[in-house]
Amino acid sequence: MRRDLIRQFLYDMLLARLFEQAAAEQYLQGRIGGFLHLYPGEEAVAVGTLRAADPGDYVVSTYREHVHALVRGTPPEAVMAELFGKATGCSRGYGGSMHLFDAERRFLGGYAIVGETFPVAIGVAYWLRLNEEPDVVLCYFGDGAVNQGTFHESLNMAALWKLPVLFVCENNRYQIGTEIHRHSAVPEVWRRACAYGMEGRRVDGMDVLAVHEATREALRHVREGKGPFLLECETYRFRGHSMADSGAYRSALEVAELRARDPLEGLRRRALAEGWLGEGEVAELERRARKAVQAAVRFAEQSPPPTELHRDVYAQPLDVYAPEIPARRAAP
Amino acid sequence: MAEMALWEAVRRAHDEELANDPMVIVMGEDVGLAGGTYKATLGLYEKYGPERVIDTPISENSFTGLGIGASFLGVRPIIEIMSVNFAWLALDQIANTAAKVRYMSGGQLQAPVVIRSPGGVAHQLGAQHSARMEKVFMGIAGLRVVTPSNPRQAYGLLKSAVRCDDPVFINEHEYMYNLRGEVPDEEYFHPLEGSEVARPGRDVTLFGYNISVHWCLQAAERLAAEHGIDCEVVDLYALSPLDREGIARSVTRTHRAVIVEEAEAPCGVGAEVMAIIDEECFYELDAPPLRVSARNVPIPYNRTLERAAIPNADEVVAAVLHLLGK
Ligand SMILES: Cc1ncc(C[n+]2csc(CCOP(=O)(O)OP(=O)(O)O)c2C)c(N)n1
Ligand SMILES: [Mg+2]
Repeated sequence: MRRDLIRQFLYDMLLARLFEQAAAEQYLQGRIGGFLHLYPGEEAVAVGTLRAADPGDYVVSTYREHVHALVRGTPPEAVMAELFGKATGCSRGYGGSMHLFDAERRFLGGYAIVGETFPVAIGVAYWLRLNEEPDVVLCYFGDGAVNQGTFHESLNMAALWKLPVLFVCENNRYQIGTEIHRHSAVPEVWRRACAYGMEGRRVDGMDVLAVHEATREALRHVREGKGPFLLECETYRFRGHSMADSGAYRSALEVAELRARDPLEGLRRRALAEGWLGEGEVAELERRARKAVQAAVRFAEQSPPPTELHRDVYAQPLDVYAPEIPARRAAP
Repeated sequence: MAEMALWEAVRRAHDEELANDPMVIVMGEDVGLAGGTYKATLGLYEKYGPERVIDTPISENSFTGLGIGASFLGVRPIIEIMSVNFAWLALDQIANTAAKVRYMSGGQLQAPVVIRSPGGVAHQLGAQHSARMEKVFMGIAGLRVVTPSNPRQAYGLLKSAVRCDDPVFINEHEYMYNLRGEVPDEEYFHPLEGSEVARPGRDVTLFGYNISVHWCLQAAERLAAEHGIDCEVVDLYALSPLDREGIARSVTRTHRAVIVEEAEAPCGVGAEVMAIIDEECFYELDAPPLRVSARNVPIPYNRTLERAAIPNADEVVAAVLHLLGK
C-alpha cells in the first residue's frame, strides 16, 4: 500500500517536472504562445492534495494549473495539445495554458483572473449541497489571491452555509515580483480562516507525504459536514512567475536555499534511503514519465488546429451584432 | 525631438509629474520594486520612495478606491491596473465613486485620479486577457477616456490627465509599449479632447484610435498606391468626449467614413461615431458609413483564430473598396 502510493507520488512528480520542462522548451521554440506559468518546485502541493482526494471530487484552479490537470488524469497529450492551441487539446485549442478544462474528470478549469476561483468553487459546492452529493470541491489559489475581496466574501459564505470546500493555498511567497511580507498584513494565510470560524492549518508544501496526510485529515473534516477548511501549503516556484519573468527580484541565495529543498529530489532520496523503492524502479518511473512527455509533444505537433471562430459563444449559434467585413449591406 | 519607445514616454511623464507635485503618487501591482510590468515606472521607486510609488496587493477595487478617496483631499494618484482585464474588478469604484462624486455631492468633492491600463489583443493571451474595455468606460458619465496611438500622445495625455480635475481613464495597448516615435524635448501637454488628422485625404475618412490608427495608416498607403484612393486618417485619441466637430469636419470634406475598432461592434466606438455622423452631417454622406470591428466572440487562444477575430489593414482596405463600389 505505502509503496504503491510512493511510486504514484514519484511518478506524478516526475511527469510534472518533465512536462513543464518540455512546455518551456516548446514555448522558446514559438510553438506555445501567451503567458506560460510553470509549476517546478510546487509539485508536492498538487500531487499531495489531489492524490488524497476522491475521483468524484471537483477541482477549480488558476492559470498555473497544468499539473493539477495531469494529476487529475487528463492525458498529457490533451494538456500539451491545448498549450499548442490544437483542436485535440482539453479545451479544443480555445483556452490555452491558463484555461485548461476537463469536465469529465471534474476538473472545472483554470482561471486567469486572480481571486476568481473562490466564488466558482463555492458555487460548485452549493450544487453538491443541493443534490446531497458526498463529494467536495478543492479550490486552488496563490498567496497573492487572498487579498482579493472574493477570498473573504467566499470564505464567509462557505463557512456560513458549511459548504464542502477545501481551500488550498499554494503559498510560494510571491505575487509576481511582490514578496508576501510586502503584500499581506498577515502572511500566515491559514490564520485568516479563524476570522470566519473556519478550520485551517499550514503544512510544509515541499513534502508530498506531509501534504498528503494533511489533506486527508482536512478532507475528512469537510466530508463529515463540519464545514470548509483552509489548507496553506508553503512552497516555492523555482522559475520566474511566467516565461516572461526572469525572477530577478529574488536573491540567488534564497533561490538556492529553496532549490535545496526540491520536493521531487526529496522524495526520490527518501524513497531510496528508506528502501521504499529500488534504484531500478526509480529509473523505470523516470523513463516512463519521459516517454509520456515525448509522446505528448509529438501528439501536439501532429494535431490539427481548431477552425471555427464562432462555435460555443452561445448554446445555439446566434447572429448577434456580427457584421462581417465587408458589410453585408449592398453598396449604394 | 527625441525618439523613444512608448513605455519610455509614459515613464518620463510619470517622472516629471512626480517631480512637479508632491501630491502625485503612483500605485499598482509591481509598479515599485519590480519597475512595472511594462517598465512604465522603472526606477521611480528608487527615486521617489515607497510612499509615493506604491506596490499594492491584488485588490483592484480597493486600491483603486484608495486612490479615489485620497484624491478627494488633493492627492493626485496615477493608478496602474496591470491589464485592463482586471479593471472589471475596479469598475465599482471607478463608475460608482470616481465618476459620480462631483455630481452627487453637488460639486463639493472631486476625484482627480488617473487610471491607466493596457488592453487589447496581444499574443495569445486568451479569453480572459484580451479585453478591449474602452466602450465600457466611454459609457460612464463623469469619466474621461483617452487612448494614445504613439509615444508623443502617451506622454502628453498622461501629463494632462494628472493635471485634470476629472477622473481620466487612459487606455493603452499591450502590444504598443515598444512602439517608437518622436516626443518633444520640452514639456508637452496633449489636449484631453479633440482629434488629430494623422493623414490628410479627400476620398474617404478612416477613423481609428490606439492600435487601429496604425491599421488605418497602412490601409491608406496601400489604397493610395494600388487604387489611387486618397484616404484621410483621423486619430480619435479622445474617446470621451468624442470630437463631434472634428468628426463632422472630416466627413464633410470626404463624404465617406469607415470606423476601425479593435473591439467588438456592439455599443462601441464605431456605433458612437456613426451616430455622431448621423446627427451632425448625415446629408454630407455619399454612402452609408461602415465599421470594421472585431468578431463578436471571446478571444480564442489558437493564434490563427485569434488573428481572425480582430481586424487588420486588409479588412480596412476591403471595406474602403466596398464603400467606393470597387
Ligand atoms: C485580478 C487580477 N489581477 C492581477 C492579475 C495579474 N497577475 C497574474 S498572476 C499574479 C500574481 C498572483 O500571485 P499568487 O496568487 O501568489 O499566485 P502565483 O502566481 O504565485 O501562483 C498577478 C498579479 C490577474 N491575473 N488578475
Ligand atoms: Mg504566489
